[in-house]
Amino acid sequence: MGSSRILILIAQRIAMGVLLLFAVSALIFAGTQILPGDVAQSILGQAATPQALANLREELGLNDPAIVRYFRWLGGVLTGDLGTALSNGRDIASSLEDRLGNTLFLAAIAAIVSVPLAILLGLLAVRYRNGAIDKIISGLALASTSLPEFFIGYVLMLFFAVKLQWFPSVSTVYDTMSFVEKLRAVALPATALTFVVLAHMMRMTRAAILNVMQSAYIETAELKGLSPFQIIRRHAFPNAVAPIVNVVMLNLAYLVVGVVVIEVIFVYPGLGQYLVDHVTKRDVPVVQAVGLIFAAVYIGLNMIADIVAILANPRLRNPR
Amino acid sequence: MSDELAYLGRRVVAGKMSRRDFLGRAAALGVAAPFANMILANTAGAQTPKKGGALKMGLVGGESTNSLDPALWLTQVPQNFGSTWGELLVVQSPEDGSPQPVLAESWEASDDAAEWHFKIRKGITFHNGKDLTPDDVVQTITRHADEATKSAALGVLGDIDTVTTDGDYVVFKLKRGNADLPLLLTDYHLVIQPNGGRDKPDEGIGTGPYKVEVNEPGVRHMSVKYDGYWRDDVGHVDSVEVIVMNDNTARMSALQSGQVHIINRVEPKTVSLLERVQGVVIEAVPSKGHYVFIMHCNTAPFDNADLRMALKYAVDRQQMIDQILLGHASLGNDFPINQSYALFPEGIEQRAYDPEKAAFHYKKSGHSGPILLRTSEVAFPGAVDAAQLFQQQAQAAGIQIDVQREPGDGYWTEVWNKQPFCASYWGGRPTQDSMYSTAYITDADWNDTRFFNEGFDKIILEARAELDDAKRAELYREAATMVRDDGGLILPMFNDFLDAHREEVKGWVKDPNHETSNLRAAIRVWLDQA
Repeated sequence: MGSSRILILIAQRIAMGVLLLFAVSALIFAGTQILPGDVAQSILGQAATPQALANLREELGLNDPAIVRYFRWLGGVLTGDLGTALSNGRDIASSLEDRLGNTLFLAAIAAIVSVPLAILLGLLAVRYRNGAIDKIISGLALASTSLPEFFIGYVLMLFFAVKLQWFPSVSTVYDTMSFVEKLRAVALPATALTFVVLAHMMRMTRAAILNVMQSAYIETAELKGLSPFQIIRRHAFPNAVAPIVNVVMLNLAYLVVGVVVIEVIFVYPGLGQYLVDHVTKRDVPVVQAVGLIFAAVYIGLNMIADIVAILANPRLRNPR
Repeated sequence: MSDELAYLGRRVVAGKMSRRDFLGRAAALGVAAPFANMILANTAGAQTPKKGGALKMGLVGGESTNSLDPALWLTQVPQNFGSTWGELLVVQSPEDGSPQPVLAESWEASDDAAEWHFKIRKGITFHNGKDLTPDDVVQTITRHADEATKSAALGVLGDIDTVTTDGDYVVFKLKRGNADLPLLLTDYHLVIQPNGGRDKPDEGIGTGPYKVEVNEPGVRHMSVKYDGYWRDDVGHVDSVEVIVMNDNTARMSALQSGQVHIINRVEPKTVSLLERVQGVVIEAVPSKGHYVFIMHCNTAPFDNADLRMALKYAVDRQQMIDQILLGHASLGNDFPINQSYALFPEGIEQRAYDPEKAAFHYKKSGHSGPILLRTSEVAFPGAVDAAQLFQQQAQAAGIQIDVQREPGDGYWTEVWNKQPFCASYWGGRPTQDSMYSTAYITDADWNDTRFFNEGFDKIILEARAELDDAKRAELYREAATMVRDDGGLILPMFNDFLDAHREEVKGWVKDPNHETSNLRAAIRVWLDQA
């Protein structure tokens, strides 16, 4: 009985996610139609002649009505065909592959460092709450999150690339690089990203566990003589998993979709920069494709957070 | 450059004359100090090149939307990278702007300048092993001149009627005479491709010193030395890598930490900081590019000549140069031509800031109330500050300017060439004729000042077909005066090109025709590594 209820709940979440994705696809399409300016003009720039503009508009099929273009596009996406970029005629799916790979690589490195670190620091802060360690951790975390990411990036660049020359300031990665070379290249942007997302996750971990620590059963655990760390690990943490996973997923999503500033200053060939380039060129198919990928990442990660929350919470499993 | 200046330059380099004396002599010859300095620097740079090394450039102006098709080049990364693998028929001399042979060995014009014979160099191979033929040249030109093309060089080639081969020659027949044809062919889009690039325009096959090795638009491009290259005076390093760095700070730190040898577009604000960094050299070169405020001559209130004149007197050009570009610019005089152009009209009086004259013309115009000036950070670097400075300067003459800041996104489609008064910029053109025909004659593609003047059009057409330089210069003086005194152009300053490189980069040619040494820094410099 219990397990089938869980399956239904999970199926509902997934169905919701898919539905949401369709809604987002319509929104993205509508949004790209509202952008000011005109694709042909943006491609040819200030130095375009009216004749060249008219030729290009014709060639790009910009004269069809929007609804026709939406369903043509949606059909393509469902069959795995993202179309070709208007601006340079390249196949979008294959260009995206590299960029998405790079973005996921950087996000993964940053996540591998930041997620365990944030949770560990959160646990430490709870263990020594209101003491010196808690204050130092919280203070540093707040400071790093209050600084804009480009500032953190520039500071890292100044010390570790320009002064000490330990790491390159240019994080361009390409296929012929070995894994270690790639790691060295992304060291600085990954560090900057770690600083950006660390505090949020750490603070949420601390808050969620502290919240649980008020409960009666923690008092019971204390009374039966468990050490503070054991209480946190065995009793408090499992009950605080849902909010922690939630905030971790939000930050993972941010690492994928929100890092364009870091990409630009460290010259990292990721998806964000790719999107911005094509937005300024009004390259609608690419903007739509990337927008959809970002939406899918966001919805997917949040869905995972929801599912983990369902699995971790007996009350959600067996609603009265 | 005149022979005398070249001689004097060599004397300074040899230590027989002081730099101050040189500048004095140059001034006597009618050459302004920034240009004289440039001539001097180029003479001093003439040393023996070293071969080898891997050159890295970090440049702004690359997007993932870039293509290797020369017809589509608009920004610095494809332009610079293009000069490593592709070549033109003609390039413009860094010294006097005259046409210099590249793939075209020589050329002659008929007396009316309507028919031109270009002799195509023999024994040159493309990177795919195919020989360069006059037919490749014909196909290249006709592809770019095709009305159905998307080539940005279309406007330049509008005058061409037919292009045909004749033995080793390519024959251009023009709709009307044009004495500047060789210079029009210096347009960076007109890279000669096998069969004109008709088969595969973006394959990146040319005759240049380097052949394309890596092409990742928006990320990096690399080319390596082509063994069969035909000449020895360019292409000194073994390989060239162009890395896209659109962030100013990223470029600066990459240069400081030695990860790249050359960067472009140093911000005027940071020049003085970068100058202090050891091992870094700043190259400031006076350019043909200019920053402008443009008024539509056919739209009220700017259809009133006195109001236009009032605004021209109301801008303090020197203060604008000092505060907006921190001195890295030269004075503009409200016509779009400066000393970097051949046949520059000497001796036209420099217009100066004069609030009294401005007030006089303003009163005479009968206009009252605020004047709306639109600006945006994309109009030119510092355009928003410049507009506000203009506002203050004009206030002294009792003219009220309201500054409206527009979003950068869509500025070139919604504001520029649509609104009657806004900030903008122009890059240089190879000749005075192409500058005027692009933006000032009545039926110009981008007549962004709505300057309709039949007399002016006639002068430009007459000068175009005139092969006698003295007569031509006189015609251009008249044209310049007309734009200056009657046009809708307020031109406070010609900006400098500001590039920077590591000390070990030698042989940098200061070239006013385009930034990064006329886009040819990669093939002109060499690396002097210990």
